[in-house]
Amino acid sequence: MRWLRSFPNFLPVVAALAIGGAGFLLQPSAHISPQSAPVQVAAAHAAAPSGDLFAPVAAVLRHPRCMNCHPRDDRPRQGDDRHPHLQNVVRGEDNLGFVNARCTACHRDENNNFSGVPGAPNWHLAPLSMGWNGLGDADLCTTLKDESKNGGKDIAALVEHMEKDALVLWGWAPGGDRTPVTPPHPEFITQLKAWADAGAPCPTAAK
Amino acid sequence: MAMTVTINGKKTSVDADPETPLLWVLRDELKLTGTKFGCGAALCGACTVHLDGEAVRSCQIQARDCDGREVTTIEGLSGDVAKAVQNAWLKLDVVQCGYCQPGQIMSAVGLLNQIPKPTDDDINKAMDGNVCRCATYHRIRAAIHEAANSA
Repeated sequence: MRWLRSFPNFLPVVAALAIGGAGFLLQPSAHISPQSAPVQVAAAHAAAPSGDLFAPVAAVLRHPRCMNCHPRDDRPRQGDDRHPHLQNVVRGEDNLGFVNARCTACHRDENNNFSGVPGAPNWHLAPLSMGWNGLGDADLCTTLKDESKNGGKDIAALVEHMEKDALVLWGWAPGGDRTPVTPPHPEFITQLKAWADAGAPCPTAAK
Repeated sequence: MAMTVTINGKKTSVDADPETPLLWVLRDELKLTGTKFGCGAALCGACTVHLDGEAVRSCQIQARDCDGREVTTIEGLSGDVAKAVQNAWLKLDVVQCGYCQPGQIMSAVGLLNQIPKPTDDDINKAMDGNVCRCATYHRIRAAIHEAANSA
């Protein structure tokens, strides 16, 4: 009976806050400026096997702000330590939560700065077919591109999703003590488009 | 901000700061004090009400989210399912201190409205967000089954 343990679940809240704080402190003190990114990406493109263009994309997809809502099971995750969502929150049939524990029961379309509950438009769990955790770069890349799994998105639609979707963009400005995705969003989009423009190559499975 | 909210079946004019949590609109403005404050952070479930028929944490819902919508509180629960839950709660003497029980009952009715014959697993998933410091969980589970079988 997991719900009997609900009350002690307050402890992970404190732990998550502590870990989140530590994560924030561990952020690099200086980022590569967006202005220098195209030069760097072009150089990387010339020097590296084309599959390596996916590496910086994979690094972003693995960030807790992204990965926490792309599980390969039915439990959304929380915090930089990616612990299962408190209160036994599960996916539900429509990726919007089970009865009484719908995403919208607590999450609004923007952060709640009074309570600390995060929010963004269309807060939801990615479909199970878009589960990423535990995948190596090759499988992550092929899963991302597979239109039978990604909601019918071609490469251009994937780029647009990661460039403009408000819920995705929240990851770079998550507020509170939450660690934002790095690198900065403009730099990531430059890297993403470099990968897309090269034909969206995937690394080999052995990599 | 002036808004109209149907609260317990009655259209009600509310004039509140748009960021005021629904919980405090109910308790402070409308004196519907059956809905309880527990944590203010969506962690305990004491403030559970129904918004357009779905259980929500009223401490997280802001007044501006409610304009033109329907809110049901513990004071306004009615119908066969609510009656069955009330009877089951009394029959099994579920309540101990009682503070969390309005939220527990709102969640129980919300569950039974959508899953009339819930399994233990359904109950675990649907009720986990409602914390009870007296640990009446065994009786709550039994009462939900009792209500399901009698409704």
